Amino acid sequence: MTDASGAPRERPKSPHLMTGGFGSPLLWRWHITMFTSIAHRATGVALYIGALLLAGWAVALAASLGETDHATYAAYMALLGSPLGKLVMFGLTLSVFYHLANGVRHLMWDAGTGLDIKSANFTAVAAIAFAVAATLAVWGIAAMTGAL
Amino acid sequence: MSTEFRTPLSRARGLGSAKHGAAHWIAERVSALALIPLVLWAVFGVIRLARADYDTAVAWLASPLNAVLMILLILVAFWHMQTGVRVIIEDYIHKMLTKSVLLVANLFIVTLAGALAIFSILKVALGGAL
Repeated sequence: MTDASGAPRERPKSPHLMTGGFGSPLLWRWHITMFTSIAHRATGVALYIGALLLAGWAVALAASLGETDHATYAAYMALLGSPLGKLVMFGLTLSVFYHLANGVRHLMWDAGTGLDIKSANFTAVAAIAFAVAATLAVWGIAAMTGAL
Repeated sequence: MSTEFRTPLSRARGLGSAKHGAAHWIAERVSALALIPLVLWAVFGVIRLARADYDTAVAWLASPLNAVLMILLILVAFWHMQTGVRVIIEDYIHKMLTKSVLLVANLFIVTLAGALAIFSILKVALGGAL
């Protein structure tokens, strides 16, 4: 089909994220379930690094067994306790609680419940809210018990 | 024209329902269930040990309950994250060589780090006897 000028008319595009980009009218609508889906993977990868840090802690603890000043362990804990280390630990806390809550969502879906749009949107908000609340609670407890 | 000389049956073997297709999927979910209590326990462990001195940390990890839970956490978490990242690699990387290298690297990293962690936990828990 052509218009009056004879040039081929642009065909309507599918309203997909990649056809227009963020904020484009071509993007149908941003759904919270899109965020929770990709955030599950992102936090999973973050926790991969967190688990390696945990392994490093165990190795540093064992490496310091024969040291009189436990220098290896002290250096490792100083690294984790530095401003950058604390930032990483805060991100890992958020990732742990988010991945846990969203993981429970996935287990619910695998069991065949909560798959309708209304439930999925509700549990998405609940998972994010839980992650934020639990992270603040843990860092609050850490601050009160002198762990920071 | 296809240059594939294998028979259609040969190509299909091992790819279809061999009655174990769901095992990997189920194991990832079972490990997720186990990680719920283990991770919550670990979070409190981190708060407990963040500012503790070296001897306190050693004594904490040397207690049988903490040592066993920590080893279980390492085993289950490392297995779970290996399968999770494996799926991510399989989803996004389609070049055969790159995909293979990343999958093997993923397996080797978790195996090495997991083995180092478990040996270290045992060494601390058994009072440096190993």
